[in-house]
Amino acid sequence: MMGFFSKKKHLELPEFWLKYASHFKDKLPETISENTFVVLDTETTGFNMTKDRMLCIGALKLRDNTMVVKESFEVYVEQEHYDAESAEIHGILKKSKKERVTELEALQQFLAYAKNHVLVGHHVLFDVGMINAALRRNGLPQLLNKTLDTGLLYKRTLLISSVLRKKENYSLDELAEKFRISKKDRHTALGDTLITAIAFLVIMEKLKPKNLKDLFKKQNPPKFGL
Amino acid sequence: MKNTISERVADFLKKFPPFNILAEHQLEKLSYEVTIIHKENNSLVFAEKEPPHNFFYVVHKGAVALTKKGSQQMLDICDEGDIFGLRPLLAHENYKLQATAREETILYAIPIQEFRPIALENQQVGDFLIESFASNTRNPYSLKHRGKLYGVPNETEGNPETKMLDLQPVRYSTNLVTCSKETQIKSLAASMTQRNVGCVLVTQDGLPIGIITNKDLRNKVATGLVSITENAEAIMSSPVITYSKDLTITQAQMALMKSQISHLCLTEDGTTDTPAIGILSKHDVMVALGNNPAVLMRAIKRATDSQRLRTVRYSILNLLQGYLEQNIPMGLVCKIISELNDATIKQVIQICVDQMETPPPVKFTWLAMGSQGRGEQLLTTDQDNAILYEDVPTEKKEETQAYFLQLGKQISTELNLVGFEYCPAEMMASNPLWCHSLEEWKEVTSHWMNNPGPDEILLSSIFFDFNVNYGEKALADELSLHIFENAKKYPQFLTHLASGALQNPSPSGFFRDFLVEQDGEHKDFFDLKLRALMPIIDAARVLILSHAIKSINNTAERYEKLAELEPKNKELYLAASYASKALLKFRTRQGLQHNDSGRYIALDQLNKEEKIKLKRTFKTIKEIQELLQVRFQVKNLLR
Repeated sequence: MMGFFSKKKHLELPEFWLKYASHFKDKLPETISENTFVVLDTETTGFNMTKDRMLCIGALKLRDNTMVVKESFEVYVEQEHYDAESAEIHGILKKSKKERVTELEALQQFLAYAKNHVLVGHHVLFDVGMINAALRRNGLPQLLNKTLDTGLLYKRTLLISSVLRKKENYSLDELAEKFRISKKDRHTALGDTLITAIAFLVIMEKLKPKNLKDLFKKQNPPKFGL
Repeated sequence: MKNTISERVADFLKKFPPFNILAEHQLEKLSYEVTIIHKENNSLVFAEKEPPHNFFYVVHKGAVALTKKGSQQMLDICDEGDIFGLRPLLAHENYKLQATAREETILYAIPIQEFRPIALENQQVGDFLIESFASNTRNPYSLKHRGKLYGVPNETEGNPETKMLDLQPVRYSTNLVTCSKETQIKSLAASMTQRNVGCVLVTQDGLPIGIITNKDLRNKVATGLVSITENAEAIMSSPVITYSKDLTITQAQMALMKSQISHLCLTEDGTTDTPAIGILSKHDVMVALGNNPAVLMRAIKRATDSQRLRTVRYSILNLLQGYLEQNIPMGLVCKIISELNDATIKQVIQICVDQMETPPPVKFTWLAMGSQGRGEQLLTTDQDNAILYEDVPTEKKEETQAYFLQLGKQISTELNLVGFEYCPAEMMASNPLWCHSLEEWKEVTSHWMNNPGPDEILLSSIFFDFNVNYGEKALADELSLHIFENAKKYPQFLTHLASGALQNPSPSGFFRDFLVEQDGEHKDFFDLKLRALMPIIDAARVLILSHAIKSINNTAERYEKLAELEPKNKELYLAASYASKALLKFRTRQGLQHNDSGRYIALDQLNKEEKIKLKRTFKTIKEIQELLQVRFQVKNLLR
């Protein structure tokens, strides 16, 4: 992992990044119950990775089927780029009373929170992409964490059969409805995080992965044998 | 301190006592300290004699059973919003009961350290706790409210606890209807009707002096012995037999039997010298005992929401367990439990239809498929269902399907709440593929039958066991007719269906050993459903379809009918009928024992007798499969 960036670049990177990167020297525990999962969601001004910006990052830690409410993470980001349409969806107005921090500060806090834990999200690659875009803007390398996508995992809970026209994508709303999770805080980062976390737990109970490696494997579509 | 999640937790907690009495800032602070815990089905929250945790628990979703070690008896079931595991924390003692998740459960763990000062500070919270511990109920408030509902005797809620009869105080109706001894019979009968009660108490100076029940009206008035213009005194039974309100269910049962009466009057101290406080009817006792299908049926029909139906479901499972223990014939058990399941589903559908903004645009039928359709769904297994509605003009097609999809979705969600798991293959009316008009269904089934690939055969085998659960039976009949006609036109279809029925892996190996699963989650378990039940069920379906017999869905009954139709194979069919019942019973027993679907069996936990019984059914399965092979010439198909 450490060979990822060169020695020279190494020197230019800020302290907080080095600290974050150093966590990856440790191997992740093998069993599911020993692992801490960081379930995350970002609210953004839109879906364009270059133009749009993060408004908020929400995350919580899940370990051995347990999450501690006060250990959850919620940070609002100061905005220059601003899109009225999207703000309406998320209800985060530019001048709301929430305390906000700079993008760099938000990233710094998130890296300190996430460490080397596995990141879990619904369509997680979007959230990771948003964070990576922000990292790039601030002259930092990409996230090093492994990821798990509840959208992909959910598909694996459905029966494997060609008769069932599986949808390409299942939205978080569909999962929430399916698992009867309240959708009250939909479209707040931390609210969506909680829904994702519960969906993740329900999915894990259905899939019953043997260990972490097995869980990663289950994200891939099944291979058919004869 | 707060965040979005702690607000969410607070929103939930404030609906339930004692949290509803907390001040906002107290609740906010408490919610922030909560830990959210996910518990798998059958996993332990705490064990008996374990030292207390730093938390007590509130059930957010799911259910937790409190039991005494070494006994299957459930002392209590904690449902949404119920608190448990608090008393040991306050009393500084070890847990006295064991708490296990009865289904997938989410708990809020509340740290006692944060809660204790609030309990001490807030008088009302303290009172709530004292009262709930003293009365040994989780929620004394709801008990108080119970029975006050107009004309409705105490409901069946909390039925699972009734196994501890001697300790359970009886729940009685406080909906007292009284009259004086001068009241005219006509007017007292009118008030009984109006308030929907079966008896009226005759009082003098507030004390009970007589009682008049439906039976008195029938025997003494309706027969013409006494005129309706006479006074209550003429027909009342006097003196009143009274008991103390602290009566337990067992005592009440004894009392009712001893004096051969249908109503007991409860007074403050159990004598006629104190005012009456309630009436206990035979019905109340029966509901409390929960061992009577008729009573459960009434409870289902009275239910107005899924939550209530869910508690009735627990009683149905209790009843089922009792039947199996007493070795009641499986055919009968199937009938009764299916009827109750059926009524539950009907009630859910009725509730959902009523909740829709507009009534259904055309007539529709709710079809149960798979095991529910065959009336073999004893334990709660997956929901397999479909909607069939009347044909509509082309321009209305879209909006009609949208309506029924929404209805299907709603019903499916509510069924899930009651305890019917979602079908993992999405074979549910909420799926556009399983929600069609009659014309569309005819097309779909024709397509399956004309192009019998493996998928189509699988779909047919699930769908063709359909049974009307709710709605217009004529629609389903028309569809059945269509299917039979089609089957005649395409005899190939039956051959393919037979071939499908032979696809299931064999239950025993070369040396007559059980074949267990080779890998996966259920490694080394025996798959009872796939290897034993499915072959025998599938075979019955093909055979009965080939005789064009409709409206017999139950596998055992199908074989009985076949025995009638083909006397030369009578013995084999009767053996198959017996085997299907034996296997179903086996599965149900296993399921109840392990609180799951009973599909996978750990062979090392079976005793010799059980293994022999199971193997005997395999022989029948093999013979039935041979019959299919010969009759439908399956060998000719590419196998």
